[in-house]
Amino acid sequence: MKQEPIKTEAIEITYREAVREALRDAIKRDERVFLMGEDVGRYGGCYAVSHGLLAQFGPERIRDTPLSESGFTGAGIGAAMAGMRPIVEVMTVNFSLLALDQILNTAATVRHMSGNQFGVPLVIRMATGAGRQLAAQHSHSLEGWYAHVPGIKVLAPATLEDARGMLWTALEDPDPVLIFENVMLYNMTGKLATDAGPVDIDKAAVRRPGRDISLIAYGGSLWKTLEAATTLAGEGIEAEVIDLRSLRPLDDATIMASVAKTRHAIIVDEGWRTGSLAAEVGMRIVEQAFWSLDAPLGRVCSEEVPIPYPRHLENAAIPQATKIVAAVKAALGRA
Amino acid sequence: MTAAADKPRLSREHMLDLLKQMIRIRRFEDKCVELYTQEKIRGFMHLYDGEEAVAVGVIPVLDKRDRVVATYREHGQALVRGVPMTTIMAEMYGKQEGCARGRGGSMHLFDAATNFYGGNAIVGGGLPLAVGLGLADHMRGNDIVTACFFGDGAVAEGEFHESMNLAALWELPVLFVCENNLYAMGTALALSESETDIHRKAECYRIISEAVDGMDVVAVEAAARRAVHAVRESRKPYFLECRTYRLRAHSMFDPQLYRDKAEVEARRHSEPIVRFQQWLETNHMIHPEDLPRILAEIDAEIAQSVAFAEAGTWEPVDQLTRFVYADAAVPAGR
Repeated sequence: MKQEPIKTEAIEITYREAVREALRDAIKRDERVFLMGEDVGRYGGCYAVSHGLLAQFGPERIRDTPLSESGFTGAGIGAAMAGMRPIVEVMTVNFSLLALDQILNTAATVRHMSGNQFGVPLVIRMATGAGRQLAAQHSHSLEGWYAHVPGIKVLAPATLEDARGMLWTALEDPDPVLIFENVMLYNMTGKLATDAGPVDIDKAAVRRPGRDISLIAYGGSLWKTLEAATTLAGEGIEAEVIDLRSLRPLDDATIMASVAKTRHAIIVDEGWRTGSLAAEVGMRIVEQAFWSLDAPLGRVCSEEVPIPYPRHLENAAIPQATKIVAAVKAALGRA
Repeated sequence: MTAAADKPRLSREHMLDLLKQMIRIRRFEDKCVELYTQEKIRGFMHLYDGEEAVAVGVIPVLDKRDRVVATYREHGQALVRGVPMTTIMAEMYGKQEGCARGRGGSMHLFDAATNFYGGNAIVGGGLPLAVGLGLADHMRGNDIVTACFFGDGAVAEGEFHESMNLAALWELPVLFVCENNLYAMGTALALSESETDIHRKAECYRIISEAVDGMDVVAVEAAARRAVHAVRESRKPYFLECRTYRLRAHSMFDPQLYRDKAEVEARRHSEPIVRFQQWLETNHMIHPEDLPRILAEIDAEIAQSVAFAEAGTWEPVDQLTRFVYADAAVPAGR
């Protein structure tokens, strides 16, 4: 995997700590920034992301909320419209459905509907994805739904750099930005430069270059895709792995440049197959790069079931490296 | 609360202004109905006929720096708040000279210059927004009051209860104004609420609340003075239930199968404009020449607004996708 050369000292850090550092940095940097959500303060965050921030910044800026997703998300919208820069944390994407009215009917519409008089510079963070045996009401991947909606931006940080760097750029954006943190990444560790800072939020990244096939992934699936690419390399197949990073807007240019080179593509998406983000990416490839393709497109998505509790069924329900390897071999006629 | 704060201002000039504002809304909307039948105005259009005393009683009590959140039945609020009638009418037409660039129409009037935050057409959806505006002012120590208008229908929504709780819990400077017109579209209050005494719901959240005759502009204004003063002094929410009645259909598509004509006729006798005018006459506060003058002024303003809207232009189709997001030229952190 190609990484930016580390300029200064690097420290061992978890994804969780990288998000926490991003929060700490943003709250220090800008007096308009505050965090609110369920159990972000005294409990330290459902996934312990905001642990310690209450003691550092106090209850006004690390604001515990009642279990009122629509109410506090709407309050974030109003506060943003009145000049604040709120960060709303929703425990998990399944709960965000209780706030969907505010996100879709207000946050996403206000700028256009008001003729550009009001904007909503709000960041909403939430956990997404399966893998912790949390069953059918805590494990889904609905970021693709949100990517359907004009007026919001949708990010999926998969790396430590992005976990650390996307938040500040999102806060500087004049429009609502949703950040989806895959639950399986919180414990991921790696090296991060001590001076790591803001990153762009509108470009995809090539995480592994290759000539034979483009594997387009994001979020938690990125690491399974990279694992698959390593396996494939052992069999002489050089896969190029693209991390979408931003699900809305999609960086078509990076995708098409890769497909033009490899002439094959598989999309990996933890959302359900039908109507998925993978379908959108695939259709864009058909629209823009059809004549570059040497084989039908493929995709590895979640099975069309509510995510079940037992580990073996949960694993079978979502994309895995083995499934990605199989899909690649099928696309290349090597099965 | 001081005694002066809730004392009605009974100067003749002020009384005539209250009357004028109510008639201004009524005649503006009468014109809108005419224009609707001519298909100049399309879509959903919800009239305020019968409820004018609420906006006229509450909004002038607010300061310029205060904020207003309204619903899809908001022509009256926008007019009284000072959104120019010209740009409101252009918005009704969908012209780009409208107060929301023509993109919102009747249900989505917005005006940054007067801190008018819409025009929110999801019932109950404006309440969390108002809580957030109040939260920002609370956190920054701004001496600003947010007035949030909503109907009795909103009371059944979860967002109402979440907002009451948040505003009370966090002590936010929000004035909740419930325009209880007894019907959520076509469903009577008694058919949708176990507790029809709406202001009592706010009490459950420990919000100071009161009910007032929403057809009596003087009573509404007196209550609004108490309420706004209380919010400004205490920096805590206040709940005002204005009991009113919608004399026309819910929207232009409503055949009103859910209520008797006799009920509407009976209510017409207590409608706020005639009632206030008679009160002024009884108390010799209106002179014979006042009403013709007021009507002439209003009709001239309405004629001007129609001319403005007629002369307005359609937003070019190539602008369709503009302002889904801020223009790139807008500096970050705007």
